[in-house]
Amino acid sequence: MSIAATFEIEFLQYLDADGKLVRDDLPAIARDIRQLVDLYKQMLFVRVFDGKAVALQRTGKLGTYASCLGHEAAHVAIGSAMQEDDVFAPMYREYGAQFHRGVKPREVLLYWGGDERGSNFSGPAHDFAWCVPIATQCLHAAGSALAFKVRKEPRVAVTVVGDGGSSKGDFYGAINVAGAMQLPLVAVIVNNQWAISVPRTMQTGAKTLAQKGIAAGLECLQVDGNDLVAMRAAMDHAIKRARHGHGGMVIEAVTYRLSDHTTADDARRYRPDDEVKAAWQREPLKRMKAYLMSLNAWTEKEDEDWKAECAAKVDIEVNAYLETKSQPTAAMFDYTWAELPSDLAAQREAVLREDTRHA
Amino acid sequence: MPQITLIEAVTQALAHEMKNDPSVVVLGEDVGVNGGVFRATVGLQEKFGAERVIDTPLDELTIAGLTVGLAAQGMKPVAEAQFEGFIYPMMEHIACHAARLRTRTRGRMSCPAVFRAPWGGGIRAPEHHSEANEHLFTNIPGLRVVLPSSPGRAYGLLLAAIRDPDPVIFLEPKRIYRQYKEEVTDDGEALPLDVCFVLRDGSDVTLVTWGAQVKETLEAADALAGEGISAEVIDVATLKPLDFDTIHESVRKTGRCVIVHEAPRTAGFGAEIAARLAEHAMYDLVAPVERVTGYDTHIPLYRLEMKYLPSVERIVAAVKRTLAAS
Ligand SMILES: Cc1ncc(C[n+]2csc(CCOP(=O)(O)OP(=O)(O)O)c2C)c(N)n1
Ligand SMILES: [Mg+2]
Repeated sequence: MSIAATFEIEFLQYLDADGKLVRDDLPAIARDIRQLVDLYKQMLFVRVFDGKAVALQRTGKLGTYASCLGHEAAHVAIGSAMQEDDVFAPMYREYGAQFHRGVKPREVLLYWGGDERGSNFSGPAHDFAWCVPIATQCLHAAGSALAFKVRKEPRVAVTVVGDGGSSKGDFYGAINVAGAMQLPLVAVIVNNQWAISVPRTMQTGAKTLAQKGIAAGLECLQVDGNDLVAMRAAMDHAIKRARHGHGGMVIEAVTYRLSDHTTADDARRYRPDDEVKAAWQREPLKRMKAYLMSLNAWTEKEDEDWKAECAAKVDIEVNAYLETKSQPTAAMFDYTWAELPSDLAAQREAVLREDTRHA
Repeated sequence: MPQITLIEAVTQALAHEMKNDPSVVVLGEDVGVNGGVFRATVGLQEKFGAERVIDTPLDELTIAGLTVGLAAQGMKPVAEAQFEGFIYPMMEHIACHAARLRTRTRGRMSCPAVFRAPWGGGIRAPEHHSEANEHLFTNIPGLRVVLPSSPGRAYGLLLAAIRDPDPVIFLEPKRIYRQYKEEVTDDGEALPLDVCFVLRDGSDVTLVTWGAQVKETLEAADALAGEGISAEVIDVATLKPLDFDTIHESVRKTGRCVIVHEAPRTAGFGAEIAARLAEHAMYDLVAPVERVTGYDTHIPLYRLEMKYLPSVERIVAAVKRTLAAS
């Protein structure tokens, strides 16, 4: 018997849970302390925003909302590693990546607040909007990557999928075609250990989610998704390879969903408190703050000041959201097609008449 | 006797039939430990074990394909799509396999499966969580399509769906999951899968509807009664096969028909009923058939969704148009 193939999956980590360096071959991002501080500040902003959004839902001012608590390092690393003309195809909680790309917090709120205009956001016009049907975005990213390849553009498509979503045919199809056609696709599996109530162990018998990319012929890496330095180093590497025509990559970001699945969920029904408590010890902000403070690049005072500044910035966004008037009823017709056909125009007219009667 | 909600009736029927028939299994996302995101399967895993109440990996294609395999081998699977908007990946297995297994093997194999899904809008849910698409299934030969609108009908029709030898699409109007309670005896009595329910007798107009719109339609009938207009209300809880006789009989009496549904208008199931009326009841009608439906748009996100869904006022206005026409 001979061996037909073998593989190994590397696990990448620079900062441990306490913010101590575990290796000394620092990547470029770690040598730029100013940028590290900036990325940490972004993570803190995302966390302040997220807490506020949950509070808005709890007080009836927002619909169901998907929190990103605990995912900040993964999301900020993804957003900050991309260039503007790359394409981002997110799932539904990657606000940290999207803010970097120009999406406004008020637009996130508008979407979860039941208003389509949130998806017509200020980020790049070529970026996909939030994607609720699980994993379908992966193939749209692959299609985008194919467009770049056909047009010989040095652009990269980045998509995010969950541990649960990585069970879906759409995900497998996307990475498979990326391998078959050598597409510039970076697929990040944000493994937060849960798909609503279903634990990671019930999604697949595979030891890692990263290794799913092996069968597709892609380079694969498992990363500590709570370690901003490692996440950013992994993204920088993947995006550079893809941009230079060396093909796609699968990155598994190992993290933890510290919140309920969404505000409509109650995670206490299915997961032990101890597990959540332990996960808080590994969360991404704490270790980054400790690391920056150990470098004398950040102080407790700066932390407090920035948090206050974030709260003020978020308040401005929340107010802008709350002050946004609902669309007129007839707006539901206006984007169904490029041009309104006459029978739909008739339905729209009827609604307008009703609206005026009730006005 | 116990008073239960529509969703509790679903749970009760599942529990009854799992106890009654060891070949019944439930599968889907979050149906086990969590008891389903709406709690339709709550308590079942404790009672019947993780081998019969199966939390699957997150893939509707997997769920639907497994369901066909299970059913073909003599199990009675009840598969759940977490929301109607996520049933689309199941379509291939439903249309290409479940619905035609019997006919393509000339009866050698069959697919006694149930595909359940919370259906429809009006609960301020996120995008893709409010779809009404029963018409996509009613056009597929070999499927039964059921859409109960009361606890009692949910119980009796779900039992019938599980026992039926062919695949059944069982859509649950989630807006009225917990609208009210009624007495439902857990006696294992199934309801027929091809008979409409006349919910209210009337003589001036026939209101035909199903799902959550039964609520608005009955309210419209009340409002009309206050103005001296007598409306008969029919709940077409079994859309396919359609019990047209019950509808026709009513229209013979009233001469007028208003069809109410929340799915988009064009090629919605109301169109089928209107076509049958045109074919068979032309000379019984004294006014054109009216439809009060969702518009030919995607259901809007929640700020505008109630403007999309048929309202009592729209139903009343349609009835008055039929009265003005004759
Ligand atoms: C096709 C489809 N099926 C089911 C759902 C319902 N649903 C929403 S989120 C979710 C779990 C997703 O888990 P995972 O992929 O791990 O991502 P996470 O939410 O944990 O970030 C499910 C089942 C959906 N949105 N789309
Ligand atoms: Mg997950």
